[in-house]
Amino acid sequence: MTAQADDQNSDAIPGSRGGNGPWATALRRLRRSRSAVWSAVVLLGVVALCVLAPLYADLAGSDPFRSNLGGKIEIAGERVLVMQPSTTGLGLGVTPIGPTWTTTYLLGADNQGRDVAARLLYGGRNSLVIAGAATVICLLLAALVGIVAGFAGGFVDMVLSRILDVLWAFPVYLLAISLSIVLLNSSFQLGPFTITSGSLLLPIGIIGVIYVPYVARPVRSKVLALRRSEFVLASIGLGLPTTRILTRDILPNVMPTLIVFVPILLALSIVTESALSFLSIGVQPPDASWGTIIQDGQTLLYSRPIVALAPGLAIVITVLALNVLGDCVRDALDPRFKVR
Amino acid sequence: MLATILQRLIQMAFVMLGISVLVFLIFFATPGSDPAARIAGRNAAPETVAQIRHEFGFDRPLPVQYALLMQRLFITRDLTSFVNRGQQVIPQVIDAVPATLSLVLGAAVLWVAGGIGIGLAAAAMRDTAVDRGLMILALIGVSMPVFWLGEVMNLLSQSRYHDTWLFSWVPGLGYIPLTQDFAGWFKALVIPWFTLAILYIGIYARVLRANLIEIYSEDFIRTARAKGLSETRIMLRHALRTSLLPFVTMFGLDFGALVGGAALLTEVVFGLNGVGRLTYQALQSLDLPVILATVMYASFFVVAANAVVDLLYAVIDPRLRA
Repeated sequence: MTAQADDQNSDAIPGSRGGNGPWATALRRLRRSRSAVWSAVVLLGVVALCVLAPLYADLAGSDPFRSNLGGKIEIAGERVLVMQPSTTGLGLGVTPIGPTWTTTYLLGADNQGRDVAARLLYGGRNSLVIAGAATVICLLLAALVGIVAGFAGGFVDMVLSRILDVLWAFPVYLLAISLSIVLLNSSFQLGPFTITSGSLLLPIGIIGVIYVPYVARPVRSKVLALRRSEFVLASIGLGLPTTRILTRDILPNVMPTLIVFVPILLALSIVTESALSFLSIGVQPPDASWGTIIQDGQTLLYSRPIVALAPGLAIVITVLALNVLGDCVRDALDPRFKVR
Repeated sequence: MLATILQRLIQMAFVMLGISVLVFLIFFATPGSDPAARIAGRNAAPETVAQIRHEFGFDRPLPVQYALLMQRLFITRDLTSFVNRGQQVIPQVIDAVPATLSLVLGAAVLWVAGGIGIGLAAAAMRDTAVDRGLMILALIGVSMPVFWLGEVMNLLSQSRYHDTWLFSWVPGLGYIPLTQDFAGWFKALVIPWFTLAILYIGIYARVLRANLIEIYSEDFIRTARAKGLSETRIMLRHALRTSLLPFVTMFGLDFGALVGGAALLTEVVFGLNGVGRLTYQALQSLDLPVILATVMYASFFVVAANAVVDLLYAVIDPRLRA
């Protein structure tokens, strides 16, 4: 009881207890929040499952990237076809096997006869990697643009802000789709690297760029306010070098804003990646992601709905956990931050 | 006031110019994106490509190409498709507008009503089980990819439960023009409306609840209570009115973006031939004039919505009028 009262006290005056910094306070708030802990557990679970994808594929003895149209698998001691003769309609064609609820083809097969469960796990890896990398790129770019615009002011600020305005007025999905279409049709040279059209770097780069204005704007206004604050004016007055002011005074104060955006951006990136892949302009075959599996499942929607339902549920669970965590991180770090 | 409007108009024109340049650069100047090669198709002879390049004017300097395109898009308005040769672009876009407007307007009614209703209920019962339940539902709504939700809806209403009383009234996928058959128009759009609205209901309910709770700690609410006003009156006349201000900004932006083609995924899943689907089809065949036209159309709506919101803000918020 005393410990709790003590904690609440230190909440009221952040960092009042024995030299605790704002980060420690935030972390303590997060650890005390049941929703934060639960969402973190769910996220870790999803990540662990995706990391362990080869383990399942090994157990199932199926290659999730090779079509297996004529293959047979053993279910309860019986050998059955992966692609079974259709029983509906004219009885022509084949329907992939449905969920077996055993270790082989747990969730059935897709229209290439591939193990959906294994593809779900491998696809999850791509979805998560793309979201993570896109978030890092977006934060770096946004921090750069926001800090430069906010700190330099004047002409530089005007130019950067106008560019952000233009990007802002461009509906994100249209921008993402336009970029994907053009870049997917051409491999191009970026410095020493050649990015081929099937590369995961394309969706990563595109998703990383399109959300920059959403983060750069709040960062810029934060830096503008900091620029006028007394401690920064004092540093400038003392004649400290600009790099020092930026790294010692500005950056640490912008960090909470950036951190608050991490879960939000991860969630947005996962959804955006799935949308692009669903439109077949995100992750390219033979690679899989949750979005591409939903697309694969579209043709099987009425006969084997699990193919489209499972990856969608994976997205909902992951994004929901990220959003809950995002709320908690915001409350812990920057309670006055607006949802949007 | 006049100066503000003028300033907004100049800003609008600037942003639209910026977007047109950006789109032009993405499609015409990205390294490796050669529009002539694309029109000629795969494995075309180099002479054919060269001829097309000359015919379409791709061998001229980029600024000239840009100016010519803009002239044909806005002044002579006879821009034609690259893929379906001779088909004019602007009538195509205009034909697609009714489906998009029908979809977005209906969804907007749902999401404003739903967002305000849920936001108010959650704020009024804050920190109760009802509040927590509503907010979890709102978050689930925010977390669902719209195209997946659309597919689930299709699965339920077109296949699994189509033969039951629940969904037997749902017509097949596609848009039925309003002028042709009102009842059919309505029936065909009910499910797309809900599908599109759910995400926004979630967002708006969350934002409204947060605003209401913040405003409840302000002095004027305490004053209203001290005057002896009823809780309902405080909530509706005092707190809600002030909380709706940021709501207006959000609504303007979202509505503009959706009318402009951001409803693309919903349109594709439900087979509604609106502007978003037109853009999507043009993107797949890389029909640059159509893409340019739809994106310019989209940016016009976004920018115009932005400007309207700014002006409206001055009208509804007396604090900004001074």
